[in-house]
Formats: sequence, structure tokens, C-alpha cells
Amino acid sequence: MSTQKFALVACLGLAFGIAGCGHKNMPLPTPPAAENTTTNAATAPTITLSADPTAIEAGSQATLVWKSTNAVRVELNGAPVNLNGTQAVNPAQSTDYQIVARSADGQTANAAARITVTQPAAPAVTPAPTSNDVGGSFPDTVRDAFFDYDKSDIRPDAEPALQTDAQYFKAHPDVKVLIEGHCDDRGSAEYNLALGDRRAAAVKNYLVSQGVDPNRIQTVSVGKEKPFCTSDSDDCRQQNRRGHFSQAPSGGE
Amino acid sequence: MNRIALCFLLIAACLGAAAQDQTTIVISGTSKYRLAVPNFNGAAAAPSDVQRTFNEVLWNDLFQSAVVTMVGRSLYTAPTPGSEAEINNPATRTAWAAAPNSIQRLVFGNLQANNGSLLVDAYLYDVTQPAGQGRLMGKRYADPATAAGARAIAHQVANDVVQALGFGPGIATSQIAFISNRSGSQEVWTMDYDGANQQQRTHLHSIAYSPRISPDGQTLAFMSSASGSPQIRLLSLLSNKLLPFPKFKGNLTESPAWSPDGKKLAFASNMDGSNVEIYTINANGTGLRRLTVSRGVAIDNLSPAWNPKGSTIAFVSNRLGQPQIFVMGDDGSNPKRVSQGGYAVSPSWSPNGLLLAYAWVRSGGENDGAFDVYYLNLATQQYQQMTHNGERNDFPSWAPDNRHLVFQSGPSYHTQLFTVAADGSAPAQLTTQGNNEMPNWSWH
Repeated sequence: MSTQKFALVACLGLAFGIAGCGHKNMPLPTPPAAENTTTNAATAPTITLSADPTAIEAGSQATLVWKSTNAVRVELNGAPVNLNGTQAVNPAQSTDYQIVARSADGQTANAAARITVTQPAAPAVTPAPTSNDVGGSFPDTVRDAFFDYDKSDIRPDAEPALQTDAQYFKAHPDVKVLIEGHCDDRGSAEYNLALGDRRAAAVKNYLVSQGVDPNRIQTVSVGKEKPFCTSDSDDCRQQNRRGHFSQAPSGGE
Repeated sequence: MNRIALCFLLIAACLGAAAQDQTTIVISGTSKYRLAVPNFNGAAAAPSDVQRTFNEVLWNDLFQSAVVTMVGRSLYTAPTPGSEAEINNPATRTAWAAAPNSIQRLVFGNLQANNGSLLVDAYLYDVTQPAGQGRLMGKRYADPATAAGARAIAHQVANDVVQALGFGPGIATSQIAFISNRSGSQEVWTMDYDGANQQQRTHLHSIAYSPRISPDGQTLAFMSSASGSPQIRLLSLLSNKLLPFPKFKGNLTESPAWSPDGKKLAFASNMDGSNVEIYTINANGTGLRRLTVSRGVAIDNLSPAWNPKGSTIAFVSNRLGQPQIFVMGDDGSNPKRVSQGGYAVSPSWSPNGLLLAYAWVRSGGENDGAFDVYYLNLATQQYQQMTHNGERNDFPSWAPDNRHLVFQSGPSYHTQLFTVAADGSAPAQLTTQGNNEMPNWSWH
């Protein structure tokens, strides 16, 4: 930068020197003119800078456009550019651009433009349920609760799902719910039917404790008769020990 | 003929040694009469399929009775009598009684077809008695000359033989009700005790459990979810129509059981709250009475079984943790635990009221869910294990002769029905198609 300044000043000095001397003695170059502190409207430079668009997603491109008058030098963020021009930019984050125009008599003008950069939206995965996430459909949002063997207690790890379910039902007061109580295949059928009923009732009670109207919720046990899987594994058996939600038809029995 | 030997059944000799479990009604293998039943003489124009059915069914009935040691037809070296005159021939008599046949009781007779009727003369002789003596039974039977008619007569002959041998009524005309899903949904089915004539009795397309034939054989109680949640339903076995019966509040009513006089049903319901309790009611729907009152939460009392000879009801309760068998008065008084730990379910009384069969996981209660069928002598507190196959064996039901059990066995969703004598003899598989479960033997 200083080299260029010196060169610029030297050119200016030479220009002055040629006008006032012969070939016998080269005068010393005129010391560089001080930064302009006076304003002369007639010769003041102007500069405009605009960005198009002013907001982009990261990875996209925008264009800076500038125009100047009475300028002999224009610098964009410190780099000399054409007196009038455009430049494509693709900043990774929001950036302020400064442009300075300098006139022959050392006056300057400034302009600025800002490009706002937004990060792209996350890919469409189902987000972890939060208490505000109640906008989806019944099958996408409402989660079943799972149980331990021969138990109908609501497990701590089932509570977040049931809390989301309760929020969903409260946000959709027209939806009627059927909770089916299911068992794995290991117990005896008559006993399992009662166990499934307790599971469905436990899920209903939890929802009611979270403020859901009990009159909207029916429960029924299907014991081990409607398994979700039939392989001989602990994983499968856990899958079958559940309170399962479905949307009940509205009205009627 | 259902004589598939099943590896899970007890060796009879083992039971012979376990004499402490014997009751007066269980016959040990070593003391059974050697019985022969040659093919009946069919020369008098009985159609061959009729003859074949008669001879096969009679053989199987006598074998299944488990009160005799059957000697195979291929071993007979003595001449086959068709009439009493022939068995009173001394040479014939001796031929049967002596080695190698060594027969003690002989069943024989003849078949005639006459104008579409099948006529059967059947005789039972004690051939260890001299010629001219030893007649224990002689009877004539008649039915249409069809395979069905032959089957029916053979059953009657077998029952009369068992009676004439001194073992009381036979089971050859008894029925078994059960649940099968082979039609695509769980429905109530019935069949002859030997697995013949399997018939679908309901078409409700829902969950169905626990069929129970009434003492007079005319009505069947069961549980169905067809109305939306489990309720008790009654089916007339005469008209095949559902009979009226109340539906109860709550959303779980199941496991019906008839009183021995056929006037009442016991059952389980959560109609009064979140616990499941035992109730009784008249079969006409009046006179509801609550028998159990459970303190605590998540208590289930279910699967009642009414003692055929007394005023007690066995049932299942988890009031102590895992389900156990209890017995109480049929007014709900004095419930007492009778099972010994583990996970015990599905009680069934023998007709004489002395033995309680049930399904049991002896230790723990879960793991692979391997239940075995046991029966407990309540007076001696001794129990006898009937199955050892590591499968899921459940829902035993006693036969009317006090000598047989039917039960379900197999992996989940693929169970079949089996009968076996209480001494471990005469195992038989009755079903092969679909999932068959929850059998119930008729009272006669």
C-alpha cells in the first residue's frame, strides 16, 4: 500500500515538477500532499455501493455494484478496484463491505453495504419431541409406551413420549384416542389379558394426569393376540409389551 | 388314529415307582388287564368303510381308555370268534387265554347291515374263566350303516366295555371345546374327544378365549371381544345361536366357569374398579355377587374353576406377586393359596373334586415361558408333573373319567391340543391345523 501511495504521490510530484523547471536541475519531489481535510464540493468524489441480493444462504453468491464520480481511485475493503464496477462475492458469514473513492484533490467518499448470510435449513429428520412439537400427524407424533415383563408401571423412559403425546392430544381436542394394552407371548393368555388391560389403564391415567380429558380416551386389552413381531428374541418381546395408540372413530360406541 | 408318541410325556414305569402320588383312580401300568379286540366279524354285508371305521374307532377308544393293556391285533394267534357260541368252544377259549396270547379280557362281535341300518352285537368275556363262564357284557347296537353310524356305535361299545370292566363311565362319547384360529380369527370349536368331527361353532371375528361347556352339555360359555372389549357370551350348542347374557361395566370380563349344577357361572371382571375380581351370577343373568375384594393396586383375580363336588372355587391371583392358585369358598370365604411358588395359572378340577390340574413355571416365572402341566392332590399336597418337554404347556382340563387330561402344547402362536392319561399312558395329538388352545372337556 505505501509503495503505491508513494508512487501516486511521486506521479503527482512529477506532474508538478514538469510544469515548473528546466532540464538543468531536477528539483526534489514535492513532499506528499497531506490527507485532504478540506472540502471542495465541485471536485468532491461520490460513491455508491449496493449488494444484490442483500441476504444469501451460506454457499451462495451475491454481487456488489459501485459507481463513483470525481474519483481517481476506488478501493473496496482496501483493495483498488475500477472506478465503476461489479464484483461477485460469496462470503461464508455475514459481511460488511466498505468502499472508498478518492478524488484528484484528495477528497474521499465512502459507502457501505452488508450481505447477511444464513445457514441452510437442517435436513428433514423428525426432531426430538419438545413440548412445542404438536403440529404433526397422529401417527408421526404419537408414541407408544413400553413396559417391563409382567409389569404395568409407567417406566421413566416412557415418560417423555407420553408427555409429548399429552401435548399433542391437548393441541388437538377433537381427536379421540384408543389405547390398546399388549403383552408378549410368555405369560398365560387369561392373565395376560388382564395385564394388557392394566397397561392400557396406566397409560390413560398418565395422560389424564397431564391434563388430557379422560372422556376422549378408550382403553382395551388385546393381551398377546396382536403381536407387533413374532420372533423369539428379547427385542421382539419388548416390542410387544406396550400401550399402543390409535385414533378412535369419533362418536358412537 | 392319534397315537403319535410325544417325547415330553412321562414314562409310565416312572410313575409306577412314584406310588406316593397314586390315588384310587389312577391305574398303574403293571396291573392292567391284557385285552384283545380282534376285528368284528363283518361277513354279513357291512360295507367295508363302515367295518374299517368301526374296528379302528373301537380299537382307539379302548387304547385311549388307559384302563387296559392292549395287545396288538397282529399278535393274535387264536381264532377270532364272531359269536358267543364260538368263544364257548373250549379250544378257542384256551387259545386266547394261554401263551402266547395270554389274554385276560376279550372283546369281540359281529356287524350286519340291514336296510341301511348297521347292527352290531358286541361281547366282553373274561377268557381266564372256563368255557361257558366269564360273560361280562353282551349287547346289540343299531345306527345308520354309515361311517358316522359305525363311529357312534364303536364309541358306545367302548364305553360299555370300560364300564363292564369295573372302571365306571368311559369317555368315548365326550366332547372337547377349544379355541382355534384356523379360519382366520379365534373362534370357538368343538370336537369328539379323539379329535374327530372338528367343527367351528362361532363366527365372531374377534379375540375369543376360554370356552366352557355347561354340565348338561347344552350351553357353552366363553369370552369374546366382539362387542369391543372382553365380555362373557353364551352359545347354545343345540341351536348354535348366541344366548342373552349381561355385559358388564369396566372393560375386562373373562374366564367363565360353570357351577356343577349348571345354574351359575363364576367369572372375572374389573367392573367395580381397576382390580379384576371374581363374581358369580345366575346363568339367566340375575343375582350378581362379588366374591373377592382386593386391597392394593394392580391386583388380578381370574380363571375361576368351580369344584364339581364341593362348594369351593379355585382361582388365580397375583395378590402375592406372581400369579398363584388359590381356593376359596364359593361365597368368597377363606381364600388360601394352594400352589407352591413360581408362576401358576389355569386351574382345573378333576370330576371327583380331589385333584387340581394347572400350568406352572416352578421357579421364577418368566424366562422362556416354559410351562408344564401338573396336577396336585389337595389332600396330600403332592403334585405330579405331566409334561417335561420345555414347551409352553397350558390350560389342562380333566376328562369326565378322572383319568385323562387335555391340554395345549407348543411354541407361541403354534400350539396344538393333546390328551394323555393321568398315569402318562395313551398320549394323543388331536389337532394339527392352525393355532389350537384353551381346551375344555365336557362333563359327560
